[in-house]
Amino acid sequence: MRTIIEFRNISKSFGDVLAVDDVSLTINEGEFFALLGPSGCGKTTLLRMLAGFETPSRGTILIDGRDITRTPPNRRPVNMVFQSYAVFPHMSVLQNVEYGLRMDGVAAAERRARAREALAQVKLEALEARMPDQLSGGQRQRVALARAIVKRPRVLLLDEPLSALDAKLREELRFELSDLQDRLGITFVMVTHDQDEALALATRCAVMHKGSLLQVATPADLYEFPSSRLVADFIGSVNLFEGHVIADESDHAVIDLPEHGARAWLDHGVGVSETVTVWLAVRPEKVELHKRGHGTPPPEIEGTPAGYNVLAGTIRDIAYLGSESVFDVALESGQRLRVIRPNLTRWDQEDFIWDEPVWVAWHAEAAAVLLQ
Amino acid sequence: MSRDPPALLDYGRRWPLRLVMFAVFLFLYVPLAALVLFSFNDSRRTTRWQGFTLDWYRRMIADTELIAALGNSLVIALLATLISLVLGTLAAVALWRFRFPGKALVSGGFSLPILIPEIVLGVAFLIFFAHVLPWPVGLPWPLSLGAITIAHVAFCFPFVAVVVRARLQSFNREEEEAARDLGAGPWRALVDVILPYLRPSLLAGGLLAFTLSLDDFVITFFTAGPDTVTFPVKVYSMVRFSVTPKVNAISTVMLLITVALTFVALRLQARHGGRALPG
Repeated sequence: MRTIIEFRNISKSFGDVLAVDDVSLTINEGEFFALLGPSGCGKTTLLRMLAGFETPSRGTILIDGRDITRTPPNRRPVNMVFQSYAVFPHMSVLQNVEYGLRMDGVAAAERRARAREALAQVKLEALEARMPDQLSGGQRQRVALARAIVKRPRVLLLDEPLSALDAKLREELRFELSDLQDRLGITFVMVTHDQDEALALATRCAVMHKGSLLQVATPADLYEFPSSRLVADFIGSVNLFEGHVIADESDHAVIDLPEHGARAWLDHGVGVSETVTVWLAVRPEKVELHKRGHGTPPPEIEGTPAGYNVLAGTIRDIAYLGSESVFDVALESGQRLRVIRPNLTRWDQEDFIWDEPVWVAWHAEAAAVLLQ
Repeated sequence: MSRDPPALLDYGRRWPLRLVMFAVFLFLYVPLAALVLFSFNDSRRTTRWQGFTLDWYRRMIADTELIAALGNSLVIALLATLISLVLGTLAAVALWRFRFPGKALVSGGFSLPILIPEIVLGVAFLIFFAHVLPWPVGLPWPLSLGAITIAHVAFCFPFVAVVVRARLQSFNREEEEAARDLGAGPWRALVDVILPYLRPSLLAGGLLAFTLSLDDFVITFFTAGPDTVTFPVKVYSMVRFSVTPKVNAISTVMLLITVALTFVALRLQARHGGRALPG
């Protein structure tokens, strides 16, 4: 894999506010890279520095090995799809798409041909004569996309590309975006606060928080192997138990959870000192619910010794979401637990109800141990 | 059939308000109607109707001094409008675009001429052109109008700046960035994206500058030389001797010019703003 973009120790401050704090990051050619984080985490500033709208306070940005830190936006081999789409309202769809080629001095005939080709890529060829205010939000976004790809940039930047669209359209365009990236082979860098969007589209994500990178990994690794509580909490939802390691072997580890008067069994060693506080992270869909009424004993869990990975609780709330149901379970320690159960059949045989006593349990490989 | 009672904001259907509205319109337009009417009056007196005539208009056209003054006024207004548009737009864009030390002071400095009493500006320009920048007498027309034009630009361009700045507040910066991103330099982006967006405010600001310049009396009075009499100054000097229906005729023509300009401006604005309707 060839490196296409390299951020070297990039910092950016606006007055007293440090928006980006010493970020170093490389992005490979052909990647669909997502910068993910809550608003104000510095992800947009990073993207804008890549586009040339902000200049780093410190550090260097390279594209294809060339230092572009101070290159003006009109001389960078990148093009951007803006959050507001920023389609020029006084130009027709075709004129919008031709604009970048006109700036490059491309002859009229070739310009037209290439613009039409780009419009075909986003399935807008029928609307080339329309003015932007005659287009829907989704169509305007396609114009912005066509306008950016027509210049065949090395990198396409997308600033919250789907945030302004309604849910149905968002899903549709999500597939089209990754399809488009496959066809064009251009490196995409996207900024989003929407973790679903990042997980669905990106080949690799950087999670940002307060101007720093927390973790850079594939979506699956971010979800299954988060490096910190912040990442685990930001990507999807997570149940966290505080504790410390009391046994650590190569094939298993035991973590004491004093608040819950229970112990957790892991099917791998963690290599963590017994003195430090750790957090056990279990995703809601990896937690099982079992009946506890009428003196029902705790369930046996495959691959886990009896008495581990089981807690007693009571269902406090149930949200039926169609494809799945979300349960809010109050543990005996008082902590709340989130459990997701897919609705695999049209009638749930077990049929959990409000205020029902339950056992919550998880498998030995289901939990991740976090140090921070 | 009973009608609905007037709604809260249905002012037009409450009779006391209608009465007030009617009175206001009367107050505003009766003098103008009288002015126009008596420009066609076949009498030297401006108080009694004697019969229809176009004589005053004929005399007006025959009055070369008056026509020259009108020409001066139009040329000055046109020049002052164009220069004000450029300066006002640049000032507005600079204040919108950049952060720099003393910005508040500069911003205030631009709008001060709007607030300063005209008589003060007039005296200031009198002194300025007497001592600081003496405008040579006897320059060929239209260079001879330079002093007045400069003075007019000074009080017209802040109005353009204010109008343009208001419009810029709602401009989507990402459109400018998109142009830059697609390969336009800063000036190119200004011309291709920002100026088209500003078009309605340029039209409004330009019209404002034009009318302000065209009918300015006080400042012009202090800066005009004997060979650079403008239309309002000329009319004033005519009225000092006697008010003849010729003055009515001239005023009617001015009125027509103003109405026509407003009409053209509204039409232009409707044409470019009409795209707001999906079609």
